[in-house]
Amino acid sequence: MVEVNFRRRRFLTRLTAGVGAVGAGFAVVPFVSSMLPSARALAAGSPTTVDFSKLESGQMITVGWRGKPIWIVYRTKEMLDRLWKIHDFLLDPESSRTSQQPDYAKNEYRSRGKRYSVLVGICTHLGCVPLSKFTPGVNSGVQSDWPGGYYCPCHGSKYDLAGRVFKNVPAPSNLLVPPHYFVNETTVIIGLNSKEEVAG
Amino acid sequence: MSGLLDWFDARFPLRKVAHEHALSYYSPKNFNAWYYFGSLAILVLFMQIVTGIFLTMHYKPDSQLAFASVEYIMRDVPWGWLIRYLHSTGASLMFVIIYLHMFRSLMYGSFHRPRELLWIIGSIIFVALMAEAFMGYLLPWGNMSYWGAQVIISLFTAIPYVGDALAQWIRGDFVIGDATLNRFFAFHVVLVPMLLLLLVFLHMVALHKVGSNNPEGIEIKLHRDENGIPLDGIPFHPYYTVKDLVGVVLFTFVYLGIVFFVPDMGGWFLEPDNFQVANTFHTPPDIKPLWYFTPFYSILRAVTYPLFGVAAKFWGVLSMGMSIGMIFLLPWLDRSPVRSILYKSPIFTWALGIFVVTFIMLGYLGGKNPSHTDLLFFTNVVWSQIGYFLYFGFFLLMPVYSKLGIVKTVGTRVQSK
Repeated sequence: MVEVNFRRRRFLTRLTAGVGAVGAGFAVVPFVSSMLPSARALAAGSPTTVDFSKLESGQMITVGWRGKPIWIVYRTKEMLDRLWKIHDFLLDPESSRTSQQPDYAKNEYRSRGKRYSVLVGICTHLGCVPLSKFTPGVNSGVQSDWPGGYYCPCHGSKYDLAGRVFKNVPAPSNLLVPPHYFVNETTVIIGLNSKEEVAG
Repeated sequence: MSGLLDWFDARFPLRKVAHEHALSYYSPKNFNAWYYFGSLAILVLFMQIVTGIFLTMHYKPDSQLAFASVEYIMRDVPWGWLIRYLHSTGASLMFVIIYLHMFRSLMYGSFHRPRELLWIIGSIIFVALMAEAFMGYLLPWGNMSYWGAQVIISLFTAIPYVGDALAQWIRGDFVIGDATLNRFFAFHVVLVPMLLLLLVFLHMVALHKVGSNNPEGIEIKLHRDENGIPLDGIPFHPYYTVKDLVGVVLFTFVYLGIVFFVPDMGGWFLEPDNFQVANTFHTPPDIKPLWYFTPFYSILRAVTYPLFGVAAKFWGVLSMGMSIGMIFLLPWLDRSPVRSILYKSPIFTWALGIFVVTFIMLGYLGGKNPSHTDLLFFTNVVWSQIGYFLYFGFFLLMPVYSKLGIVKTVGTRVQSK
């Protein structure tokens, strides 16, 4: 009759189960990783060049980058003047949240220069495309003291013409400014911060 | 014949299972019409699996081909329209049935001890059904499919630190795309159906262990005759198999009536925006989920104020998750000494009534623009905030109000015939 060492048996059982669990954990990695964006999806995120010579004052165009809508807006002087009067209604008027724009857009206009605004047209709440409501006042259909901006139809988030989010709306932060730089007066590259930066 | 059965019984517990789960499975004799919905849910699950198999023979899970392949099913595949409408109508009716099935349990206290685990398995089935319906809704690749999925997956970005990476992992791309459609197809036709079948099996095993509750909430197993058979029980077969068949016939009238005459149910079962192919640059003017998600969607949208320095989005998502989580906690929230609404105090009846009205109101508001005014006096978002507090009030105050008032004395035997 062999005497059973139960302590030893319990230890070995637990050790085996533990090693098996670690192995199972490693085995899960390739399956979980296979669901990450593929090499093809990553490659499709390369920069895009946009000619906006036909863009007129007070108008916007929408282009695609990484499958997202990118707005290029030519703001008039009146549009820019209205930005100053609404600071109290904004959540982050100074663009202090650094993740939402490159450094060169960290200003009240949220743009390089004043005139052209380049924004990712995706609401920071839950990813809908906000509507452009440039007409100020009650005719906008948004609110009577509307300064002109963007209105998200999904959950009612509001942004001004610099893409700055209003207080007390569901969206938590300003619209994203994508990396971009102007090659000349009428051409912009979306996806790169400067000519020197290598696409990655 | 009995020789063949003997041959089987020597190798498989055929007669034993038939007896334990049907012929000698005693159910309370006083089931009413509210007890149709369990068997109807199984019927619809079966219909969804069968019609789903035939749909996959023609459907293409590819963002370039999906929308056209659904139109192909509708127009060119013989009887394709019927199979697809049976599937799309079945999805909505599954939720009608499940909501009524859950309401039955709320009325009669079917989640009370010892049926807590039965209730929890059922709640998991409800969550799995929501996942199944949500992923299935992306497959036609209509514009509402696309933006509905965009909004729901973006919910994950509300999770601090890992949110963005998690949403990207779920999508397999920076936006909803071909990768997302492909994997949702895999989950919708393989993973979740298998989970559902397993969960339904577990639900049945748990049910047959503890036995059904009944409208009076009386435990029939406590009073047995000399052979150990519950005095208020009758064998499931033939009594309830035949009764459930009546339910099946009535339900089929409704089901096929919708399929043949109003398959889109005026935009409630199939939304007008989904008859357009997905457009990545254009959100539908009023983005909304299908009707069965709207109560929870209203709760998500009701939160518009940041709290403790954390954005409103996070609290909205958390609230929506908690509103579903509340359902799981029900067995421990109800402290009433009796199960059934027939014996509970009128306070509970009122609370349940207010809850039902609130749930329907939240569902209505979830399909409307939050800044419009579709009800009296206030905008929709204000009403959904009122609904928010009533919804959570029903659950979180239950430990208090379920103890209040005078309950009727529960007899030992079922009163109704």
